[in-house]
Amino acid sequence: MSLTTGPQQPAAIPLDPTTDHSAQGRFVDRMANWPWWLLIIVFFGVLIAWNAMTSELYAAIFSRLLLGIGVTIFTTLVAYSLAIVIGLTAGLGRVSQNPLVFNVATLYVQVIRGVPILVQLLVIAFVIVPIVIDGVNLLGNALTPILGADNFLLRTKPQDVPFLTRSIIALAIAYGGFQAETFRAGIQSISKGQMEAARSLGMSYLQAMRYVILPQAVRRVLPPLGNDFIAMLKDSSLVSVLGVRDITQEARLYAAASFRFLETYTSLAFLYLAMTIVLSLGVKWLENRLNSEGRAQG
Amino acid sequence: MQHDEPMIVIKHLVKQFGNLRAVDDVSLTVGRGKVTVIIGPSGSGKSTVLRCINHLETPTSGEIWVDGIHLTHDAKNINAVRAEVGMVFQQFNLFPHLTVLENVTLAQRVVRKRSEAEARDIAMQQLTRVGIPEKANAYPSQLSGGQQQRVAIARALAMNPKIMLFDEPTSALDPEMIKEVLDVMLELARSGMTMVVVTHEMGFARNAADEIVFMDRGRIVEQNTPDAFFTNPREERTRAFLSQILR
Repeated sequence: MSLTTGPQQPAAIPLDPTTDHSAQGRFVDRMANWPWWLLIIVFFGVLIAWNAMTSELYAAIFSRLLLGIGVTIFTTLVAYSLAIVIGLTAGLGRVSQNPLVFNVATLYVQVIRGVPILVQLLVIAFVIVPIVIDGVNLLGNALTPILGADNFLLRTKPQDVPFLTRSIIALAIAYGGFQAETFRAGIQSISKGQMEAARSLGMSYLQAMRYVILPQAVRRVLPPLGNDFIAMLKDSSLVSVLGVRDITQEARLYAAASFRFLETYTSLAFLYLAMTIVLSLGVKWLENRLNSEGRAQG
Repeated sequence: MQHDEPMIVIKHLVKQFGNLRAVDDVSLTVGRGKVTVIIGPSGSGKSTVLRCINHLETPTSGEIWVDGIHLTHDAKNINAVRAEVGMVFQQFNLFPHLTVLENVTLAQRVVRKRSEAEARDIAMQQLTRVGIPEKANAYPSQLSGGQQQRVAIARALAMNPKIMLFDEPTSALDPEMIKEVLDVMLELARSGMTMVVVTHEMGFARNAADEIVFMDRGRIVEQNTPDAFFTNPREERTRAFLSQILR
């Protein structure tokens, strides 16, 4: 008895007519798949690098910009590391059953996502940091009977906090809000059975999170976290608004003094582009590695 | 602790999900070393009863004692009971990022605070017991469904539980893998483990159960020894159910 009861299947599936299998067709396919965008960027990169080596103006611009590269990289790395810690904490709060923890975490995330990052930078640098330091000072004054007149709570004044520090705090708080949602999504993507299995073996909620849920969730969100790092590198340029001398601030100062706006800002843009492209290739490599590991482990 | 005291006592258990009363006034006693098999149509509340025993579901009302410990909402109390109650799920729920060996040692180390060497020894004993010691270093995704479920049983046994709960352990398996899992469960039942099993495998129920509980719409309809249950059911509803599944 035949198992096929429906209409007769066609004997053979005809070749897709849009695919040209001739030698010429294969050449066209290969041309279409080539990363032309990268080629164009490399072309302009070589052009600018050539200029930097041959033209005194570009050489001057680049040596000036590179004065700020340390600040840019330092700001990005430190703010990003802090943001991961804040984001993981707030992300755990967002999936918490405890209403107080959940509401505090949600309030933070909603406020952060609703205020432009530039405005956050200004508010944190000029409002929140001074208020917090003033509060610490007030506490120090109140505690002089116990801690003495010159206690550690009184040593830092608002004007003692450098703008680099304020910028890093602001970027970390801003990005922590976005990363909280990334971690939340990662945690919620793990099937409920994993938590139940861990709990039924007697693990506490936090033990189950630490040993079972988070290792799987973090692996899943590594690519978006990598993209956040790239975004953080770009947004670190905002610290120039506070006068922190990163590469953007150096470019602004140089352009304002020399009136070479075109050359300076083109070079600045290219410097960012060079860094982000290298990083995005890194993220891509990470993604591929995780995918092949994922195939091995399910 | 008295040894004639039953292992599990459930009194007037009710579990409400919104408008649905999934478990409606169920009382049940499971003796030490006894195997109780709960059967019934889908949605009859049998899995929910099982999940209330280790508090994966919080009962709406009613009381549960496990090995003399009264189950309350206190987290410490719940964790203490859970460590004594092994559970095997329909979907295995192995930890995919850990090897088979790590799956079996994790809770031993974190909950029982055993040393790595001790946990590994116990894990290998249990993996041998379920017949797959050679897969210790494989990842769950490299195993068949039947092998995964046997690892899940070994993982629960490694905690030295006093009770094992099975929630439709063979329902997600290909037919040719059901037997290897049932054989492990049968061996466990003969070794004197207290077991509560929710299953559709009537052969297992007949061979291994000391008592069969038939549930429908959240209530216990009939409770009897396997012989009496299968050959001479008392209730009309039981007869109708059995005539549907035993042909």
